[in-house]
Amino acid sequence: MNINRREFLTGAVSAAAGATMPKSSHTHGHYHAEQAVPSDLALRVKALESLLVEKGLVDRGALDTLIDAYEHKIGPRNGARVIARAWADPAYKQRLLTNADAAIAELGYGGMQGEHMVVVENTPKAHNLIVCTLCSCYPWPVLGLPPVWYKSAPYRSRAVIDPRGVLREFGLELAEEVEVRVWDSTAELRYLVLPERPAGTESLNEQQLAALVTRDAMVGVAKVAPQKGSSA
Amino acid sequence: MNGVHDMGGMHGMGPIQEEKDEPVFHELWEGRVFALRRAMSAWGKWNIDVTRYEVELVPPAEYLRMSYHERQFAAFREMLVKYSFLTRAELESGTPAATSPKAVPALTPEKAAVLIAKGVPTSRNVTVAPRFQPGQRVRARNMHPVGHTRLPRYARGKFGIIHRDHGVFVFPDTNAHFQGEKPQHVYSVRFAARELWGEQAAPNDSVYVDMWDDYLEPV
Repeated sequence: MNINRREFLTGAVSAAAGATMPKSSHTHGHYHAEQAVPSDLALRVKALESLLVEKGLVDRGALDTLIDAYEHKIGPRNGARVIARAWADPAYKQRLLTNADAAIAELGYGGMQGEHMVVVENTPKAHNLIVCTLCSCYPWPVLGLPPVWYKSAPYRSRAVIDPRGVLREFGLELAEEVEVRVWDSTAELRYLVLPERPAGTESLNEQQLAALVTRDAMVGVAKVAPQKGSSA
Repeated sequence: MNGVHDMGGMHGMGPIQEEKDEPVFHELWEGRVFALRRAMSAWGKWNIDVTRYEVELVPPAEYLRMSYHERQFAAFREMLVKYSFLTRAELESGTPAATSPKAVPALTPEKAAVLIAKGVPTSRNVTVAPRFQPGQRVRARNMHPVGHTRLPRYARGKFGIIHRDHGVFVFPDTNAHFQGEKPQHVYSVRFAARELWGEQAAPNDSVYVDMWDDYLEPV
């Protein structure tokens, strides 16, 4: 079975190399290997979609609904609203930390790849970082689909063995006495980091607070800066 | 399986490359693959653990060369044949066999919206006694199954503390092979970074790994 599969995949790669489609502009340096895309993939996917539609196995409207949801409706702004609510409302924060599913549902979020949520809180003494070393598990309802770096080998391999080095690469240097807690999403629990509320934001309302919260801060590779766009 | 997908702790994968203002999908086909997989999952012929295992079966050199969506596409094509939605000839030619019956799509736009909103929970509302309690010291089993497992290599044989009991969930090691859901407790287990990585790790850092009952033994 493996031999067949290997031949099949090798065949696919040769087909890609021999295709007359315009070459993509992706760099093929080895650090970019994960991002390299054979140029005929678009055609192969289109052909498969047509075949599945023709056989009555797939409804194109359902595909459009799914793509539209994750391109336009579900993303890190959802998570930012959850975080801002937790900063503004201590009772909500307590509910979020003890029963994340219910608390997140209060704001209308939940569903696919966020069926079982856990929220972990950053404090001056502890910093949390989320990873999935085995695949690319990520809390879709609150953060949307993961960025390429989160799904890539460099992040997945190093987050558990060298979290401080990873954070440094994101520009975040943590003091030695801060405890780093890495959460490897090996089961069906999906994690969201509750970042520290930055100083000097006492006068901001929930909407203004939400505007400060970034995706990276909710994964734990950054802190939230006191002003939008400034670096932490 | 001890595959290349089990990356925790590996070296040499290069720097992390963050892209500013990254789009959700870089190319149209990526979104189509993403959606096609969900649409075909609605037929109920496989489960999430089956799909993860199929990606793990992508040969290691290919796995590392491919982008995330390319891997998903390669695994998806194999599943379509393996679970009899397509013949190999149909897959290669792109044309339905003359005898191929016309189905009615399992996932309609309305059902897609429900899927997005409700997901597919993997917890099970059954009474199963937990084998461990929060605060208890445990050891991750030293096991190397050739099939699917969610016990990462870097944690095997290591000592940790039960941090929290998440409740009862489907067991991937059997579910991925259609050997039953075998529902059991999943715990968050705290491993000291130094237990996993030795003296090079910071003294107070830790890694929390979600683990099923069958991955653990008492100390």
